[in-house]
Amino acid sequence: MIDDFIVRAFLGGTLVAALAGPLGCFVVWRRMAYFGATMSHSALFGVALGIAVGASPTVGTIAICIAVALLVVLMESGRLLASDTVMGILAHSALAYGVVAIAAMPGVRVDLMGYLFGDVLAIGWDDIWTIAAIVVVLGIGIAALWRPLLSITTDAELARVEGVRATAVRIALMLMLALLVAVGMKIVGILLIVSMLVIPPAAARMISATPESMALKSALLAAVAVALGILLSLNLDVPTGPSIVMVASLFFALLYLLRRRFDILSARKRGPM
Amino acid sequence: MDTRPAASEPAQPPPVHGDGLLRGKGVCLAYNGRTILDNVDIGVAGGEVVTIVGLNGCGKSTLVRALLGLTRIDAGTVWHRPGLRIGYTPQRMKMDPIMPMTVARYLTLGGRHDIGTLSRALGEVELDGALDAQMSELSGGEFNRIALARALLRDPDILVLDEPLSSVDFAGQVKLYELIETIRERRGCGVLMVSHDLHLVMSTTDTVVCLNHHVCCSGRPTQVLNHPEFVALFGRRLAESLAVYAHRHDHSHDPSGRVIVERNHANDH
Repeated sequence: MIDDFIVRAFLGGTLVAALAGPLGCFVVWRRMAYFGATMSHSALFGVALGIAVGASPTVGTIAICIAVALLVVLMESGRLLASDTVMGILAHSALAYGVVAIAAMPGVRVDLMGYLFGDVLAIGWDDIWTIAAIVVVLGIGIAALWRPLLSITTDAELARVEGVRATAVRIALMLMLALLVAVGMKIVGILLIVSMLVIPPAAARMISATPESMALKSALLAAVAVALGILLSLNLDVPTGPSIVMVASLFFALLYLLRRRFDILSARKRGPM
Repeated sequence: MDTRPAASEPAQPPPVHGDGLLRGKGVCLAYNGRTILDNVDIGVAGGEVVTIVGLNGCGKSTLVRALLGLTRIDAGTVWHRPGLRIGYTPQRMKMDPIMPMTVARYLTLGGRHDIGTLSRALGEVELDGALDAQMSELSGGEFNRIALARALLRDPDILVLDEPLSSVDFAGQVKLYELIETIRERRGCGVLMVSHDLHLVMSTTDTVVCLNHHVCCSGRPTQVLNHPEFVALFGRRLAESLAVYAHRHDHSHDPSGRVIVERNHANDH
């Protein structure tokens, strides 16, 4: 008989991973890794805020992630600072505010390590429902916006001429990332979320010829990494979040080293040019 | 064939083959206090090839972006015929290999099409059999033609081509120009083009718009070549050498290259 908490961990972890894959592809394609890190670092401040106002940490996280995303967009249009400087300021000050706020709140005991590195073995059924709801929303969002998202990613101006509302689609992508950070936090923690967004897509890139195949393969790789990471952590009694990321990075290393073999395969399939 | 300097020709009104497709009137745009576009009037009619020429930084691409609604304008109006379908090929000639993308997938980013339609579009730009190639592995000229195929798949009323020739060698430029010409004849669509290469422009375009933030002059190639502002901008020798091209209608390329200013010989070779 498998323990309930293990079932929940597998269920929640693979659900989030399956969505982190395709969304992470856009993070990779659009060079948004630092943007993702900025959002996730600010999540801790959201947790503190959520607790302080009596709402759930998840709601607080989503709110703060969205606020930070908008701040980045607003400050980017000023031209005195490069966007990575802006994000560097926001990411680390938000993290600092979060740690200080949580420590300063009287009578509140928060598992700081759990938020920073994730504690997937501790998630309850209510967490699973939250995750499931958000995963459904994200799944519908990604599916509905897939082609416009690809279109603005390859060429935003061409997309606009072809009738895509590029700004709206871009904002939708940021909101989806905010939602993903809010649930991903429970699995690998805010310091490691970006790895779930970046490593599986990067690994999948080595063996993909179309954006769709890269998205599917990264979902699959992420889900397997979560499952194997949980097993590893249970067997060796080591932290789960870092174990998951370790497995994902091994996948990447393996596929990176083998990429030329796949290259030969795909070259043979190519038509005459 | 007439190879006299264009100076002896009487001025003729620019030809208009159909109804207006797209028009800009009094378009003004300033950026950080610098005037980029100053009271620009421009229009494209059905079946007409209009080419914007000018030195680097004269506002050519900005004008195109303004006409497409991709940038705000400070004054003036941009009018599109209601329901106008635009086929646009941007200036960029490279696809980032970060995103895996086959030619087939790229062509369907703007809308769904079946394999047969895609193959026909590739045939039209003479890249048959390229459906499974990776976009990032295409040369500049190939990328250009794929972008053109994507634009053609929209069954456009007007093709807007921003520097379609910039990353293509001379032979490729001639072929691409011929291709654009063929497409115009076959489909009867209007063409609005930005171009650097004056020699090719002069032999294939109906209307030249010479831009230097404002419209210096516009009209048929032969008229523009004699305009004092054009001569002042590009120099007398170039204008005179171009006159030859303004009369050319076959444009097989000169293998010695594109700078023919010094050797202003006739067009037959």
